[in-house]
Amino acid sequence: MADNSWLTSFPKMERGELAAIRKTLDGAYRQFSRDYGESIEAFFEPLLSFLVWFERLLLATPWWIVLAAVAALVYAASRSWKLCVGSIVSLLLIGYLGMWDDTMRTLSIITVCTLLAIVLGIPIGIAMARSNRTQSIVTPMLDIMQTMPAFVYLIPVVMLLGIGKIPGLIAVVIYAIPPVIRLTNLGIRLVDREVLEAATAFGANPRQRLLGVQLPLAMPTIMAGINQTIMMALSMVVIASMIGVKGLGQPVLKSITNQYFTLGLLNGLAIVALAIIFDRVSQAYAKRTQAHLGGLQHD
Amino acid sequence: MTKPLIEVKGLYKVFGSQPQKVLPRVKQGQSKDQILAETGHTVGLKEIDLHINKGEIFVIMGLSGSGKSTLIRHFNRLIEPSEGEIWVDGTDVMKLSQGQLQEFRRHKMSMVFQRFGLLPHRNVLDNVAYGLEIQGIEKAHRQKVAGEWLETVGLNGYAAQYPSQLSGGQQQRVGLARALATDAEILLMDEAFSALDPLIRSEMQDQLIELQSSLHKTIIFITHDLDEALRLGDRIAILKDGALVQQGTPDEILLHPADDYVEAFVKDVNRARALTVETVMKPPVSRITAETLGEALSQMKRLKDDYAYHVTEEGYQGVLTQEGLEQVNKSLHQQEISEEVYEDVPVVSPDTPIEQIVGDTIESDYSLPVVDDDGNLKGLVAAENVAEVFAEPESSDIEPTEAANEEEPEPKAS
Repeated sequence: MADNSWLTSFPKMERGELAAIRKTLDGAYRQFSRDYGESIEAFFEPLLSFLVWFERLLLATPWWIVLAAVAALVYAASRSWKLCVGSIVSLLLIGYLGMWDDTMRTLSIITVCTLLAIVLGIPIGIAMARSNRTQSIVTPMLDIMQTMPAFVYLIPVVMLLGIGKIPGLIAVVIYAIPPVIRLTNLGIRLVDREVLEAATAFGANPRQRLLGVQLPLAMPTIMAGINQTIMMALSMVVIASMIGVKGLGQPVLKSITNQYFTLGLLNGLAIVALAIIFDRVSQAYAKRTQAHLGGLQHD
Repeated sequence: MTKPLIEVKGLYKVFGSQPQKVLPRVKQGQSKDQILAETGHTVGLKEIDLHINKGEIFVIMGLSGSGKSTLIRHFNRLIEPSEGEIWVDGTDVMKLSQGQLQEFRRHKMSMVFQRFGLLPHRNVLDNVAYGLEIQGIEKAHRQKVAGEWLETVGLNGYAAQYPSQLSGGQQQRVGLARALATDAEILLMDEAFSALDPLIRSEMQDQLIELQSSLHKTIIFITHDLDEALRLGDRIAILKDGALVQQGTPDEILLHPADDYVEAFVKDVNRARALTVETVMKPPVSRITAETLGEALSQMKRLKDDYAYHVTEEGYQGVLTQEGLEQVNKSLHQQEISEEVYEDVPVVSPDTPIEQIVGDTIESDYSLPVVDDDGNLKGLVAAENVAEVFAEPESSDIEPTEAANEEEPEPKAS
C-alpha cells in the first residue's frame, strides 16, 4: 500500500464514518416519525375518510348505475357518442372479466389523486408564474420529484405513515403533480402581454387579472398539464399497490411474483382502458371549450 | 389661459437595475448610446415637459425606439417613471395608491392598443363591456351600453362573434368601442392604427375624427406615421431618443421644422395634402366694396390690378375685371352689380387641402378667393403660393416653377 493509492482507486469515506452518517440520519428520521407520525396521520384523516367514502360509494352502487353515471359524464364532457359507447363497452368487458371491484378501487384513488394534484398544483403554478424567485426554487424540486425513483420516496412515506391508502395517495400525488404545476406556470407566463396590459389599463385588480385573463388564456396549457397528471397517476397504480393500495395494481404485482401472464395482461389492459378513457375525455373537453382561440366559454 | 388637462413635468425614465444611479448621467447630457455602453441602462425618456388641453387630439410621434410607447404608458402608470410629475385634472398620478390608481384607470382614462389587446375567449359584446365589468356594473346594464357603442363603431350584428372571427380593422373597432364604453375623459391610443392596412387605416382615422367631433374627448395618439399625425393632430409632439424635439400645431411642424431630424420626417410628407389653403393664402388686397357698377369701375381704376374681388356686407360676391366693367353700357352704371358681370372663378374654403386646388389655381387667370363658411373673404391663393408648398421647407424663396418640377406630390409609403 503506497501513499498514492488514491490514483488507482477512488478516495472514499471510511466505511465506519459512512455507516455512522446513515445511522444518524435514519435514527433522526425514525425519531421524527415516532414523534410526529400520529399528528401527521391525524392531519390526513379527513382525506382518508373521503377516500374511503368514495371507494365504498363506487363499490356499493350497483354496477349499472355506475356505468350510467360514467356514460353521462363522458357524454357531458366530450359530446361524442363514439367515446361514450367505447367507454361503456370497455367497462362492460372489464366487469365481465371479473375486474370490476379492482377497477372501481383504482378509479376512486385516481380521481382523488387527480383532484388533489389539481387543487395543490394550480395554486403552486400560479405562485411560480408570479415570481421568478419562486420559480427558481420550485423548479429544481419538481425536477427531483420527476426523476427520483418512486421507490425511494416511498421509504420515508411508509416510515412515517405505514402502509395503506394515504401513503399510496401521497406517493401518487408526488409523482403525478409536476406536469400540472409546470404547465400552469408556463401557460400563465405565455399569456399575451398586451392582453394583460389592456386588463391593467382598464383598472383590473390582480384577482380580476388572474381569473378574467390569465387563467382562461392559460387554460389550454393547464388542461394539457392535467391530462399528463392523470396519465402519470395511472402509471403509478402498480407501484402504489406495493404499499397496500388496493386496486388493479395488486393483481399485476401478484402476477409478477407468481408468473401469471394472463392475469397480469388483463389487469394491465384494464389500466390502459381507464387511461384511454380519461385521456380522450379530458382532451375532448378541453378542445370543445377552447373552440374560440383557447379559453373557457361562458355559457 | 385655461389650465391644461394633463401636465407632465420633468419626466425621466431609465430602464435597468439601478436607474437612480444613472439618472445624474442623463441629466448631464450624456448620450443614450454612451450610457448604455458604460452602465447597461437604457434611457427611455429624458426631460419630458408636456401640457395637453382638454378636448384636443395630441399626437406623440417618433420612430420606433424613440420612447413614444414608453411615454404613453406613463399617463396611466403602466410604467413607473424614474423621476418627474404627471398631473391629470388636478390629480398627481404619481401619488396615487394602488387602489386609487385602479379607480383612476377605470374612470379617467381608457386605452386602445396597437395589437388590439382583445380577450380572445370572450365574444365581441363582452369585450366591449370589459371595462364596465371591471367597474362592477351589472351584466344587463353593461351589455346594453356595450351594444350601443358597438353600433356607434359600425359593428352591429357582430356581438356574438369572437375576436378571431373578425378582420384587423373590425377588431380595432372593438378595441375602440371598449375604450369608449367606459366613458373615460381621456383616450390613450398606442399606435392604434399602425397594424392595419393603409385603406382600413384611413377609414379608421375618418371614423375617429367623426367620433371626436361629437364626443370631444381628450385623445393622446401615438404614431410613427407623420401623415397620420398631421391628419389627426391638433398638436403634435415629436420624440427622438426619448427627448422632445418639437411641439406644435401641424402647420408649425411642417413649415418650421425645429431641426434636421424633424426635417427628415417632414421631407417625406405630402405637404400639399397635409397643409390647407389657409396656411399659404395671402391677404386680399384688391377689394371692391361698391354697390353699383359705376362705383365699382371708379374703385377699380384706383387699384393697381385690373381685376378685384367684390365684397359687400353679406360677404364675398364674385370677381370683377376692369375689362368686364368697361364693356357694360354706361347707362346701366347706376344699377347694382348683377351676376352677369362676375368672372367665372372657383371659390375655395380655407381648410381645403392644397392638393385639391392645384388644378384650379393653374387654370384660373386670377388668384382664387378663399371664402370661409360664413361667406367672408379670408384671403387669396395663386399658383405661386401653392408652388411654395412643394419647395424645400427652408428655401421657399426659390423660383416657384422650378420647385414645382423638382418635387412631385407623390405620397411616399413610410
